[in-house]
Amino acid sequence: MRDTHPRDRRAIARPGLTVLSYLFAVLVRVLVGARPQWIGCKPAPSLRIYYANHTSHLDTLALWCALPPSLRAITRPVAASDYWNRGGIRAYIATHGFNALFIERDKDKREGDPLEPLLQALASGQSLIIFPEGTRRAQALPSPFKSGIFHLATKFPDAELIPVYLDNLYRSMPKGTFLPVPLTCSVRFGAPLARIADETKELFLERARQAVVDLA
Amino acid sequence: MNMQQKFYWLFGGIGALLAIASIVGWLLQRRAPDSATIANLTARVRAWWVMVAVLAVCFLLGRSATIVLFAIASLFALREFVTLTPTRPGDHLPLVVCFYILLPVQYLLIFDDWYNLFAIFLPVYGFLLLPVLTASGGDTEQFLERVTKLQWGLMITVYCVSYVPALLLLQIPHYSDNLLLVIYLLLVVQISDVLQYVFGKLFGKHKIAPHVSPSKTVEGFVVGGASATAVGAALWWITPFTPLQAAGLAAVIVLAGFLGGLALSAVKRSLGAKDWGSMIEGHGGMLDRLDSVSFAAPVFFHLTRYFFEP
Repeated sequence: MRDTHPRDRRAIARPGLTVLSYLFAVLVRVLVGARPQWIGCKPAPSLRIYYANHTSHLDTLALWCALPPSLRAITRPVAASDYWNRGGIRAYIATHGFNALFIERDKDKREGDPLEPLLQALASGQSLIIFPEGTRRAQALPSPFKSGIFHLATKFPDAELIPVYLDNLYRSMPKGTFLPVPLTCSVRFGAPLARIADETKELFLERARQAVVDLA
Repeated sequence: MNMQQKFYWLFGGIGALLAIASIVGWLLQRRAPDSATIANLTARVRAWWVMVAVLAVCFLLGRSATIVLFAIASLFALREFVTLTPTRPGDHLPLVVCFYILLPVQYLLIFDDWYNLFAIFLPVYGFLLLPVLTASGGDTEQFLERVTKLQWGLMITVYCVSYVPALLLLQIPHYSDNLLLVIYLLLVVQISDVLQYVFGKLFGKHKIAPHVSPSKTVEGFVVGGASATAVGAALWWITPFTPLQAAGLAAVIVLAGFLGGLALSAVKRSLGAKDWGSMIEGHGGMLDRLDSVSFAAPVFFHLTRYFFEP
């Protein structure tokens, strides 16, 4: 077999970045700013689970676009299958635009562990963006978290859990609206959540949520 | 000299000024590497290079590019204004209409040479439309405040700023270099801001409005404003004015710009912010650069229209 050409290697290092995804990044910057503020950590290629409050359809794109391109290429936003994977333009954008990983929210449609694709991605070294509230809320502060993040954290004790607060996006595109209002939104990255051995699920989820609230 | 030559002379001069500013900044930074004021000064100069380059390219591209440039500037300024103003979900429709319909239409009217509608579109029809749209959201909580703030933001960031490219509409006998008139306005306003800031830092003792805008001083305003007026008079050769008329109009621009900075600073503070945004390094937001322009532009436009159009 031939040696990997340097250009090929670069292609492998950035599997997800298409022209479409660069266009998106520009569009998101103009519309909602999505200015990153690295408060508690620096951008780094280590295995990370970014978790954020969820108020708008733009959240996924805004958080993803706030990452530098090199990290964007190894970070996959987890998107609800019932919204993003319904075929047509939306599914195309999700797959080719921001390399989404679909998760099934509907209990009836699930086969096996819904977290399985997420675990596989983490195992292959890809970072994730998740919204542990499970759905969008029309408020500044996040609601209680669902337990998915706890299971991911337990199975991957070395992954860094980065709390992220998305500011203003619920004003830009509230639930039920289709056009985003241009606003300057910031994306605040906090310090990795400390791991405490033998912590109960409830305590962990509350602590994780509090880390996001502290950034608000 | 034709317009092209005047243009190169102007931007050559601005480039030379900025080069001097860059060198001075570099020397100062070597003497006091830890000073925050000097770090801010060099950041400001760097941002000026970028702004002047963008303006120069747009002016070279001509009338359409200049109109589009100010439409984009309005978009960013309105974005900053709305970001700092509290809104409720019921404001979504009027906000969408402001950004995607009212703003583009206001600038399209300049393309279309339709001055009569341009002058009343936002103050009359925008004014009537916005409360209707807000009411359709069904939320009456703080209704008047919300409508008022949106209308106010629209007037400053879109209506007033659009008077800059509207200078291209003026038909002055024996003068067709209206792009130079745009440059004249921007140059006098910005040089006035810069000189008031510099002289304020150097000799400023008496604050004009300590609670509203702590950086404005009597010394800075008088010396900086007078120097900017002199610069405006010295630039009479790019305008349809005599040197004396140019001095008078420059003085009006300086005064209007100063008052605009003061008024918008008060608005900014009432919204609880020090800067409108952070998109221009060292300066703050787009609106921090456009605050004086938004007041000076309509005044300069109407005076020129009244006295110099037949």
